[in-house]
Amino acid sequence: MSRTPLAQNELDVIDRTILNELQSNFPLTHQPFTEVGRDLGISEQELIDRIRRLRTIKAITRFGPFFDAEAMGGAFCLCAMEVPAERFEEVVTLVNAHPQVAHNYERSHRLNMWFVLACETPDGIRAAADDIEQETGLPVLRFPKLKEFFIGFRVNA
Amino acid sequence: MNLDPTDRRLIAATQSGLPLTPFPYAEVASWLDLSEEEVLSRLAALRERGIIRRIALAPNHYALGISANGMSVWDVEDTEAIDLGQKVGALDFVTHCYLRPRALPDWPYNLFAMIHGADRGEVEAKRCAIADLLGPASHASDILYSTRILKKTGMRLAQAGD
Repeated sequence: MSRTPLAQNELDVIDRTILNELQSNFPLTHQPFTEVGRDLGISEQELIDRIRRLRTIKAITRFGPFFDAEAMGGAFCLCAMEVPAERFEEVVTLVNAHPQVAHNYERSHRLNMWFVLACETPDGIRAAADDIEQETGLPVLRFPKLKEFFIGFRVNA
Repeated sequence: MNLDPTDRRLIAATQSGLPLTPFPYAEVASWLDLSEEEVLSRLAALRERGIIRRIALAPNHYALGISANGMSVWDVEDTEAIDLGQKVGALDFVTHCYLRPRALPDWPYNLFAMIHGADRGEVEAKRCAIADLLGPASHASDILYSTRILKKTGMRLAQAGD
């Protein structure tokens, strides 16, 4: 994913409205771009062209259905460890060696290592976290998601 | 959780996005040798079951000049946590908001909200806005900034036919 900011004048008011309005509720209908375009006051073709351009300039990362990986049968868990500074690199190597570790961040806190375990089943999560505790001799705190609140992110239109 | 083989093919086909054509679902149907009606009704059913969370675009925060982010964490009253989580999640600058178990005594926080802003000063200001919103219902809070990416791999989703 590109981390370079776009120039300020790269997006006009219509682009910004598209970015805000299409963060949910794209219709499941025969001609969905016509419907959305009508709401935005633009033609089907203009909407398609603009979304394509937003993708090309990397203003959006994806357009389509977003799946709940857990509902699809996976299990995920945010985990945190307090790793002594002098052991940090050694522990990074031990933790990252597990294929279940999807991503791992160093963070500014006493609990300085935060990673997500992604497994096929909840048992897999438990086993991977237990293995990491065993290998490192350090506790792995587990923070499974109990509830998610999603609304989205707005750009100034 | 039961996904039949056709659902799995449909998920695999649309996982990286919808085609940008006037009849996107008809196009997907042609890839899978299904009718457009079946694609629409299966996608609607997957959405109904929560397997599709939304059909939408995902903005690239970095490209839009939102390059700073911090994981704010809050210790809120359990009885109000759902209600407060919805309010925090509805804020413009919060992209992810989750309720998670505490890990006492090490970790007293149960509400996690990822705050985005142009720079760290803006993230701090927004953290204050969340503190105001929560008021006395939040007993303690902290914010964690990522200082280094140690590993990042794509999400591994179940493959068709698994």
